[in-house]
Amino acid sequence: MAHKIIPIGPYHPLQDEPEFFKLHVDGETVVDIDIEIGYNHRLIEKIAESKSFDQVTFLVERICGICSTSHPFAYVNAIDDLLGVKSPERALYIRTVIGELERVHSHLLWLGLAGHFLGYNTVWMWAWRYREPVLDIFEKVAGNRQNYAMMKPGGVRRDMFEEDFPWIKKTLKDLIPKVDMFKGAVMDDPVIHARTEGVGVLTKEDVRQYCVVGPTARASGVGIDIRKDDPYAAYDKVEWKVITQEGGDVYSKAVVRILELYESINIILQCLDKMPKGPIDSGIKDIPPGEGIGRHEAPRGEVVHYIMADGGNSPARHKIRAPSYMNVASNKKAVIGESISDATIILAAVDPCYCCTERMAVVDYKTGKKLMDGQDLVRLSQEKTRKIAEKRIRS
Amino acid sequence: MTRLLFNFLIYPGFLFTACFGLVASWIDRKVTARIQWRVGPPWYQPLIDLVKLSIKEITVPRSASKGLFFLSPLIGLSAVTLVSMLVWLVNIDPVSKGFSGDIIVIMYLLTLPAIAVILGASASGNPLASLGASREIKMVMAYELPFIISLIVPVIKSGGLLKLSEIISYQAVNGSFIASLSGIIAFIIMIFCMQAKLGLVPFDASEAETEIIAGTCIEYSGMLLAILKLTKTMLMVALPLFLITLFWQGFTFLSLWKYVILLVIIILIRNTNPRVRIDHAVRFFWGKMTLLSIIAVLLAIKGM
Repeated sequence: MAHKIIPIGPYHPLQDEPEFFKLHVDGETVVDIDIEIGYNHRLIEKIAESKSFDQVTFLVERICGICSTSHPFAYVNAIDDLLGVKSPERALYIRTVIGELERVHSHLLWLGLAGHFLGYNTVWMWAWRYREPVLDIFEKVAGNRQNYAMMKPGGVRRDMFEEDFPWIKKTLKDLIPKVDMFKGAVMDDPVIHARTEGVGVLTKEDVRQYCVVGPTARASGVGIDIRKDDPYAAYDKVEWKVITQEGGDVYSKAVVRILELYESINIILQCLDKMPKGPIDSGIKDIPPGEGIGRHEAPRGEVVHYIMADGGNSPARHKIRAPSYMNVASNKKAVIGESISDATIILAAVDPCYCCTERMAVVDYKTGKKLMDGQDLVRLSQEKTRKIAEKRIRS
Repeated sequence: MTRLLFNFLIYPGFLFTACFGLVASWIDRKVTARIQWRVGPPWYQPLIDLVKLSIKEITVPRSASKGLFFLSPLIGLSAVTLVSMLVWLVNIDPVSKGFSGDIIVIMYLLTLPAIAVILGASASGNPLASLGASREIKMVMAYELPFIISLIVPVIKSGGLLKLSEIISYQAVNGSFIASLSGIIAFIIMIFCMQAKLGLVPFDASEAETEIIAGTCIEYSGMLLAILKLTKTMLMVALPLFLITLFWQGFTFLSLWKYVILLVIIILIRNTNPRVRIDHAVRFFWGKMTLLSIIAVLLAIKGM
């Protein structure tokens, strides 16, 4: 029997992002899935090569709207790695605070979206309402609700003021009872249990095979977290623990994210208490030739930025790997065999961020034949890296 | 004849119920908005939504079977109009007393909007719509069973009366049925079935906007979509009133608070629940609800 194809996309009805999932269904059961992304390729890596190191922070900030500080964070980590020096202590604490505030707002945003996917619009509206105070903190600290522009190679762009701290702490402490409420709403609601438990299970084995990162991996009992495994910024100076769940289903993913909210709030409060006085910028003038790798645990998982400098004003090569790139592929494992009603929530449970993830393939539009696929492009990219490296060695 | 036409088209049939339903749907939207920390629309919003839809172009998909595609919303609308006319008349018009067996007629007519939706969705030739239609079929099969069994309860309790007006007068003498154990059980089951018949959360799988993008009405646009929406709106009046007539002594314009209570229950259920999956819904209606409705019937036979 020929399978019917149910399209989700090319423009997602809810996440408002270009992606295309072709669900091959047999009745209500999904038997296969084609994941097609790449509708919104923006050549960020190429553009980065024409911007100065300072400007690239603003560029990568615009990769993703939701986790807009993850990419700059990983980028400045890469610069720190390249220079081999640490940014000033106070800057590290401020970076940590911004990174964790972002996790809080991003997880609340996901929680709301998950409610919406399940047809639970009240949770959606409430989660987004309680996300507002976090955005208010951002507005107070950085002047913007999104795209905070706090990161800077060698420091942070803006200081945080001690007189704001009591208000920030109070706002965050007020958030804790709200998180308790959501915890109750998710963990005690029988219908949510029925809808999410045992649905879209990723086993530990799947997680390893698909190299899944972030909360998606932690929900399957794989406790990988860059903040713990390879501490950067101030994450090794505060007390917190990595949240893991064993289920691997949508329910575990929701629980991991909710429990991480507590940890993030905890980290921010500790950072505000411990934040030392001092400079916030080490005043980098030149970037010497070299390579640097920066990693950051974004709300969705590990972001990797690779920077190669040739002594000039801008990166010779800038390579970005966003967490959704790893996570979206795991849908192939999670969604097959489930029903269509569960497909959307499973696809959403990895908290995908397609715009971070866009990759390119070169296709002849007349024949529809693929001239170059991802691997060819990777090969081209590696060749270029090698050429540049050789050129640098020669000069 | 003219009187019947007037009853059907203007009062208390189409026009009156439609206006009443628009107000009800405004209350629904406003309360929902307030629950969700939003402001909510002004009172005339449902009306101007309808007007806007009806002046828009109707797009007919190439793969659609046109006759059925156009006809099915009208089938649903006329069925609901007929139901609301019957229910209003037995309650507010002392001259017209309905006819024997009108409960059975209403029972059948109330199934028609769902069937019309299924027909229209299948006629549109869209894969998502046919998915929605298959869900709607499962849903109809699921909720009709407990609905019909609970419908027997007032009939048994009134000693075999099949005429709505007689059931009302029986209750006026002997007290409303929801005061008894079997009555209240059947009433609660009917509320759940009503939620499913209205296609509201948690039983909106056939229209699930976030899963299959409005499913059954995905291909409808313009006037036809307006008719589909109007059908749902009028059903939101007809169904609660039917329940009140059966179990709660009927109503006059003074006792419309009963309707408001039912409306608030509908709104609360829809705002405090996520959507259930279709297999869960079928299990819910064929399992717990059917069992409870059989218990209610047995209790009614025992006279409790």
